[in-house]
Amino acid sequence: MTTYYTKSHEWIRVDGEQAIVGITTHASEELGELVFVEAKDEGTEVAAGDAAAVVESVKAASDIYAPVAGTLAGFNEALSDDPTLVGRDAEGEGWIFRMTVSNPDDLKGLLTAEQYKSL
Amino acid sequence: MFPAAFCVELGASASSRLEIEWTGLFRMSDSLQRTPLYDLNLELGAKMVPFAGFEMPIQFPAGLMAEHLHTREKVGLFDVSHMGQIRIAAKSGDVKEAAAALETLVPADYVGLAAGRQRYGLLTNEEGGILDDLMVANMGHDLLVVVNAGCKVQDADRIEKALSDRCVVTRQFDRGLMALQGPAAEAALAPLCPAVKDMRFMDVIETELATATGPVKVTVSRSGYTGEDGFEIGCAGADSEKVARAILAQPDVLPIGLGARDSLRLEAGLCLYGNDIDVTTTPVEASLGWAIQKARREGGSREGGYPGAEVVLKQVHDGVPRKRVGLLAEGRAPVRAGAKLFADAEGQKEIGVVTSGAFGPSVKAPVAMGYVASDYAALDTPVFAELRGKYVPLHVRAMPFVAPGFKR
Repeated sequence: MTTYYTKSHEWIRVDGEQAIVGITTHASEELGELVFVEAKDEGTEVAAGDAAAVVESVKAASDIYAPVAGTLAGFNEALSDDPTLVGRDAEGEGWIFRMTVSNPDDLKGLLTAEQYKSL
Repeated sequence: MFPAAFCVELGASASSRLEIEWTGLFRMSDSLQRTPLYDLNLELGAKMVPFAGFEMPIQFPAGLMAEHLHTREKVGLFDVSHMGQIRIAAKSGDVKEAAAALETLVPADYVGLAAGRQRYGLLTNEEGGILDDLMVANMGHDLLVVVNAGCKVQDADRIEKALSDRCVVTRQFDRGLMALQGPAAEAALAPLCPAVKDMRFMDVIETELATATGPVKVTVSRSGYTGEDGFEIGCAGADSEKVARAILAQPDVLPIGLGARDSLRLEAGLCLYGNDIDVTTTPVEASLGWAIQKARREGGSREGGYPGAEVVLKQVHDGVPRKRVGLLAEGRAPVRAGAKLFADAEGQKEIGVVTSGAFGPSVKAPVAMGYVASDYAALDTPVFAELRGKYVPLHVRAMPFVAPGFKR
């Protein structure tokens, strides 16, 4: 499993064509406590950069973009009951949605952990 | 996916995310003003954003959610020095004459406002639209008016133009203003300023407040904009930091940013000028008819006599096509400002729009207010808001959404 990052503060953890996507710890800290998280329906086809989910704090809603093209494959239902899970473990239990990656080669265009940290 | 103006994209630089919603009254190219508490706000770790032409703290390290809840449970200190303080004194020296003069611009009863008391009001235009909302205090010898930051220059110009034959209008835009809000506000302020213990809701006094370097002169009103008991404290700009430090040194007082101020006022059912009221809304449409006292209504001793009075009096009599109402969602998804409202779950019949919406930390659910066609304004009427292509159910509910904590 390898984790890649985006400039827009998502991470994607890939195992073959299957992946989970979330927001980085840094992004989570900037947003503050989340009150609502929702992803588009399973089966939705997304291009890289398409809004695939939304996270909401008290004051603001923020789009979460698909890091690469693919098909949405499920939402982290634990966030329906407890959106604050993202704040406690943004890059682990607080993952947001699953997706099937259309073309694993697309991942090469994303950032490594070190590249993201140096932004 | 949803209107760009109301969503803050994660893709923008991380530090700008929370700022975007707060730039409505302001163009980024303008030079920003600073309040007398600017340095202290930075020292306290504030995240600063542009708001109404000022660099203001949107949140402190505790964060919006914690700041909101702390204010409801204990007490918080807000820097609201960006708002405009204006004094109006009659040339005759008679405060009632200043009050009568102001009544030509505001449909409230200020002639009947006793010395040492404060009252909410609205500046109207010739069409009955709302130019600003304001607080007016009878200070005994003159009036103290507090107006919104984004409107203060035009408000002062309007007041000066209309009243200058009878009154001296003094802009005190360099003064400091702080709001101390929450159930523990009196306990925090009384050790520094004992006179506040005898004040009740909407009382105003001039007194002294003890600081580290001695007492300073302050104006104190027992009011605010959070739905909680509390005070607003005005002082000379040069004294502001001393006053703030003295208050922050009291037990349980935390600095609170504009973010929590917004969610607190929304839960309290209070309007944000520019969002919930503006020149396109009248006092009656905005459900602010209570701000027009009996003396200024049809058959009152000083009926009408303000800009747009014919429109407003007719609306009071005949009703209005739309009303501002409170809205509570059934689900957990916040419905934000700009969301269209429908009578049906299919989005066939549009009946209004949300003007403020957020997650209410104390209500623990999404809270909103907006305008709906009057046929849908009755309490408990079901309506539907368009949210990311879906129609989510809400009900018209009574405001405030939290029980007020005022000391009557």
